[in-house]
Amino acid sequence: MTAVLEAEGLSKRYGRRWALSDCTLSVPSGHVVGLVGPNGAGKSTLLNLAVGLLGPTAGTISVLGAPPAIDSAQLGRVGFVAQDPPTYSGLSVADHLKLGARTNPTWDNDLAARRIERLGLDPKQKAGKLSGGQRAQLSLTLAIAKRPEFLVLDEPVASLDPLARREFLQILMETVAEHQVSVVLSSHLVADIERVCDYLIVLISSRVQLTGEIEDLLATHHRLIGPRCDPSSLPENQQVIEESHSERQSTLLVRSDGPIMDPAWTIEALSLEDLVLAYMGQGRNIDASLWSSSRESE
Amino acid sequence: MIEFYLDTRSGVAPYLQLVQQVRRAQKLGLLREGDQLPTVKEVVGKIAINPNTVQKAYRELEHEGLVGARPGVGTFVTQTRSEAALMAQGPLRYDLQQWFLAARSAGLDDDSIEALFKECFRSTSTVDVA
Repeated sequence: MTAVLEAEGLSKRYGRRWALSDCTLSVPSGHVVGLVGPNGAGKSTLLNLAVGLLGPTAGTISVLGAPPAIDSAQLGRVGFVAQDPPTYSGLSVADHLKLGARTNPTWDNDLAARRIERLGLDPKQKAGKLSGGQRAQLSLTLAIAKRPEFLVLDEPVASLDPLARREFLQILMETVAEHQVSVVLSSHLVADIERVCDYLIVLISSRVQLTGEIEDLLATHHRLIGPRCDPSSLPENQQVIEESHSERQSTLLVRSDGPIMDPAWTIEALSLEDLVLAYMGQGRNIDASLWSSSRESE
Repeated sequence: MIEFYLDTRSGVAPYLQLVQQVRRAQKLGLLREGDQLPTVKEVVGKIAINPNTVQKAYRELEHEGLVGARPGVGTFVTQTRSEAALMAQGPLRYDLQQWFLAARSAGLDDDSIEALFKECFRSTSTVDVA
């Protein structure tokens, strides 16, 4: 099976700042991928590289087995909705569909018209007069109606109210079920990711910290609570992601491929939010150590 | 037709929640043999979850022999919960009540009883009785 997204040593630099460093990953097709990380971690950079709006400074990236935006056929296979749903405020909803039909050889006009009707949008309405939720739905409709194999969404629901968010995700999931399209979407809303995604990429300080199927990630990460211990005494296959200690007790968040045998530990399952936050916390330590080492060298 | 929901705070994997909801509906007699489950598209369009989650839940139910897929038609309930299991509930309930009474008279408080119950529940949940 071809990977929908494959990167090898992918890096992007703006001036002196690395927005993405040495990113290597391979995402199999058929997934809805959640891309999470703090602001400025490089999420939008990665997505813009994937759709060919940016070129890499170093390394390679391929989408559906070909370089991004290499030709019109490749462009047609990938749908993209940028942050702040991009619509033309002076054009009507119908104009947007016409534009989509003219610029996309694989345009599915029935699908677009059905979606607009179901959303209850007036085709004559100017996009500038639509609500944020309606604009997001219009952009998604345009991206879906070109019948892509791979849909890239940059914070699609960030500006939407809870109801509009739910409706957006319902339509997105219906599309995935109906057309077997692979999706990558960035979001800060872990609760949404937990609902709709089955694959996760955690990006922190321009680096990929964690990637994999969410189910596997949750099965291999545990919270251990037990008598105070030195984390370095743990077996080799247990990697400590987060630790906190009181006088008598240690609480560790570990990644472990095998079962945890030591009966001294009470083992608790993690929520996706716990997991993401633990890696983000770890990222902050990386940031802090980078910061202090660069200060020392000055 | 069964209407699924998702409890995002339960800590139970979403696919397992769907499986449990079907099992529960069968136990309560809300789903009977021949009833159709909603299609994957209907479920995801309603509760906005990943289609793979629904497929996984349906596969699991199929594996348990509770539902069967008819290609191109849909997924249907194939079994009404067996009489024997329902009959067994009476004595089981009685035994459990006796156990709780014994635990209380031994001086355990609610928290301790719950902890002990959960611990035993967990340690036996991986044992295959079938």
